[in-house]
Amino acid sequence: MAKKIAVETTLNGEETVFLCEPRQTLLEALRDNLGLIGSKEGCGNGNCGACNVLLDGVLVNSCLVLAPEIEGRSVVTIEGIAEDGQLHPLQQKFLEHASLQCGICTPGFIVSSKALLDDNPSPSEHDVRLWLAGNLCRCTGYDKIVRAVLDVAEGDA
Amino acid sequence: MADTKQNGTGQPAANGQNGYKVIGTRPVRPDGVDKVTGRAVYAADVQMTGLLHGFVLRSPHAHARIRSIDTSKAEALPGVRAVVTADDLPVAEDKIEDLGEGAINLKYLSDNVLAQEKALYHGHAVAGVAAVNPHIAREAAELIEVDYEVLPPVMTVDDALAEDAPILLDTLRTDKMGEIGTEPTNLASFFRHQRGDLDAGFAGAHLVVDRTFRTETVHQGYIEPHAATALHSADGQITIWTSTQGSFAVRGQVCEILKIPVSRLKVVPTEIGGGFGGKINVYVEPVAVVLSEKAGHEPVKIVMSRADVLAATGPTSGSNIRVKIGVDADGKISAALAELYYEAGAYPGSPVGAAANVSLAPYAIDNLQVDGYDIIVNRPRSAAYRAPGGTNVAFAVESVVDELAEKLGMDPAEFRVLNGAKENDRRPDGLQYARIGQIETVEAIRDSEHYQSPLEGKYRGRGIASGYWNNWGGQSSATAVLNPDGSVNLSEASTDIGGSRASIAMQLAEAMDIEYEQVKARVVDTDTVSYNDVTGGSRTTFATGLAAYNLGQQLKKEMKRRLADQWDVALGDVCYEDGVFSAGAESLPFIEAAGLVQRDEPLMASSTVHPQDFGPGFSTQCVDVEVDPETGKITILRYTIAQDVGKAIHPSYVEGQMQGGVAQGIGWAINEEYIYDEEGHLLNASLLDYRMPTALDLPMIETIMVEVPHPAHPYGVRGVGEVNIVPPAGAVANAVYQATGIRMDKLPISPARLLEAMWAKEAESAELVPGDD
Amino acid sequence: MATVWIPPLMRSLTDGQQIVEAEGESVRELVAALEKRFPGVADRIIDEGRIRPGWTVAVDGAVQNRGLRAAVGPDSEVHFVPAMTGGNSVQV
Ligand code: FES
Ligand code: FES
Repeated sequence: MAKKIAVETTLNGEETVFLCEPRQTLLEALRDNLGLIGSKEGCGNGNCGACNVLLDGVLVNSCLVLAPEIEGRSVVTIEGIAEDGQLHPLQQKFLEHASLQCGICTPGFIVSSKALLDDNPSPSEHDVRLWLAGNLCRCTGYDKIVRAVLDVAEGDA
Repeated sequence: MADTKQNGTGQPAANGQNGYKVIGTRPVRPDGVDKVTGRAVYAADVQMTGLLHGFVLRSPHAHARIRSIDTSKAEALPGVRAVVTADDLPVAEDKIEDLGEGAINLKYLSDNVLAQEKALYHGHAVAGVAAVNPHIAREAAELIEVDYEVLPPVMTVDDALAEDAPILLDTLRTDKMGEIGTEPTNLASFFRHQRGDLDAGFAGAHLVVDRTFRTETVHQGYIEPHAATALHSADGQITIWTSTQGSFAVRGQVCEILKIPVSRLKVVPTEIGGGFGGKINVYVEPVAVVLSEKAGHEPVKIVMSRADVLAATGPTSGSNIRVKIGVDADGKISAALAELYYEAGAYPGSPVGAAANVSLAPYAIDNLQVDGYDIIVNRPRSAAYRAPGGTNVAFAVESVVDELAEKLGMDPAEFRVLNGAKENDRRPDGLQYARIGQIETVEAIRDSEHYQSPLEGKYRGRGIASGYWNNWGGQSSATAVLNPDGSVNLSEASTDIGGSRASIAMQLAEAMDIEYEQVKARVVDTDTVSYNDVTGGSRTTFATGLAAYNLGQQLKKEMKRRLADQWDVALGDVCYEDGVFSAGAESLPFIEAAGLVQRDEPLMASSTVHPQDFGPGFSTQCVDVEVDPETGKITILRYTIAQDVGKAIHPSYVEGQMQGGVAQGIGWAINEEYIYDEEGHLLNASLLDYRMPTALDLPMIETIMVEVPHPAHPYGVRGVGEVNIVPPAGAVANAVYQATGIRMDKLPISPARLLEAMWAKEAESAELVPGDD
Repeated sequence: MATVWIPPLMRSLTDGQQIVEAEGESVRELVAALEKRFPGVADRIIDEGRIRPGWTVAVDGAVQNRGLRAAVGPDSEVHFVPAMTGGNSVQV
């Protein structure tokens, strides 16, 4: 069996050390080694966005990052989006707009939308659709997802 | 966004008022917070002590005889705990059993889980491995040596029915409603619906259009891959945690495959990341069970890769379809014929039966014939996909209808109103309709701002199409426990894929005249309530909702009885209104009554239902497209759906069903298809190459909920989940015709196909008009 | 008498008749009455004491959960049609 290595990182704001095999992806390490099951695997090869996390504030597909690559860096997952026990406005609006049906894509969409709004607080509908084109949802037809994100954007502005 | 139409039925429109307190409102679902925070546990999220990881080895060939399998090298790899093949499954009988979601041949069921003598498609499971981690399991699978005798593949209807076609299943004989053929064949079954006098109808027609169509295999495309964890305990008890549309369907299938009594198996449904019909059949569950047993009773989890999901689960049938319709000079349909050839995949059971019912259902037709052929090919065993079979045939029928309307010089909406099916007309299989809302959906589209607005510009076009879905009743079980604080715990076994916990809880709350927030709905395992059919057939809000309604009635009745006893009054004197019980001078709000009535004895209720008078659903849709003449790419400019929803319990989730179904239908119409090479290898088993719509591919999707309450449900509920996927392909094709003058007869209308057709048309017109560019 | 729609693939047994009338208070009785007039019909409809897998019976527009035991009224209309459930058609 492959030898494990220790990785030091900041995970959802906490200093964290964990062991992983060099071949493990960040997604696998988050889910299997760290117990953070909120990031989902829809494809494992960068095509669905269900595994989206923020790496030093940048949106990445965690299935395409190797776990050891986060050494010394900062990762925010869906588990780190709510702050001080309060749902993030995106989480709240996703609930109010019924933006999820099965919900498997939802963590990815929320993380991805947060990255968008962090960068562009008042996106147009087209901006939202373009940005979210890396996240697949098979249930909703996106209508209610896009509305939730636009609602948060307007609320912030 | 949503426009709710009232409908001349004397029933109020849905807005949470007008007689209803809870129904028609849009509360947050009970599982919502867990799903936006990442806490919800889906199938791949299951963790437990000693968990082993499984991997399934799959056939690299589309059609091959398995001569032998040598697992010794895999077993010798450190970290491997068990390896299984079909030899580890009990011998399955060649026998048909009804497992609640349709009759299934047990041998086919078992052989699809692990191939016995033959691999019948690229991706067919041949062996399973359990190891201490998923990487080792995969490495071990690569060490398994399978000796294949590769056979020629049979990939399409035409291949399968050819004179000298290779035979997939040696024992298969054509079944013509109980008349069994004598020769080996790839035609599993044939049926016909027929009424009136077809020849006379066509002979007397003023105009006849007769066309053939082809649609390709597509996948349900749920974002959560199949996953299951099984623990075969040392005491013989088995538990499976899995993502399924029906925990009892899993129990039934696994018990049949493994030949164990249901008392030994508990199925625990996890949260489910989409199904659309594709999570009814079992794939990895039985493999995980036998691996767990062989690995010393340790739990084994198998998570399918996306490539395996595409190669070995789902999909729904490709098809060849012929549609011939005649009309008289006034535009009334005088006769109609549909011939449906559906590819079932490797084992019989395409949705051709359902497709036949969808085919001409929106129209009132006296002279009609529909023929259905169920054909096996070397593709994955087909599974249900949202209104199974409907999209294929509606594409064909709605294209022909559009052409007829055009040739008659009639508005396509008016053609559909003129010929629209209504109460007492007959559906294709001859059954008479009760009250239905087809014509209302056409009128809603015809009168919509969208349809009335102008659409200008070159390469732009507008199309409409209608669709039907049968819906379903099925069996449901639920229990309700009244808590002393007036809340109610509702336990039901219908997997919640799109917010059904909310819509079922709402019906209980409405029935009891309490707040939605007082009802806590949860989905429970197979040991907790009685049998419950799958979440499918658009039945859950209807049938499980009916069970919830019954629970509410029972609890109310028993509360009244106990209050009469407490108050020492006659039962008939106890009233319940606006959440308050009263009798003479006595009065008590529900919450307090809940405590009082349980002083001597706790209170719970159970309900089982099997309604057979479910109402069908209709939808008519309008789309504007723009075609890029350089690339052949279709852009969806605007989309409006009118659907007969019976009664919208939770309008947001009804809209969500409509929008989601249409998005899938658009993908089917313009991009999605299985691409195989000549040897039958699937070439596009990834979400990059199997191209589903993204947010950028779609506009907002407008919804018009037409409410024609279903008479056989206390709140008028009709299934709403499926019919929405039926019209999109036809609507898009009709819009493409308006945009380009080309009637596309193949799905998907992918850029390459459309561009080729446009070039061919250009070349043709250049020939016709020499010198004119 | 109830009206029975004969499936096209069985009309060779009913001399091509699409619709026949038959007496019976249940589907089972109806099939027995048909069998007397059109030998062979029962064998095609019934398999091991129940409606053939993959098929179902509808009385007055509604598919009957009780199958052969379903009640039939004097003016009922009865159809034998391919079964449909939540998913695919039947896999036989
Ligand atoms: S799982 Fe990472 S993009 Fe799909
Ligand atoms: S809600 Fe199911 S995939 Fe998006």
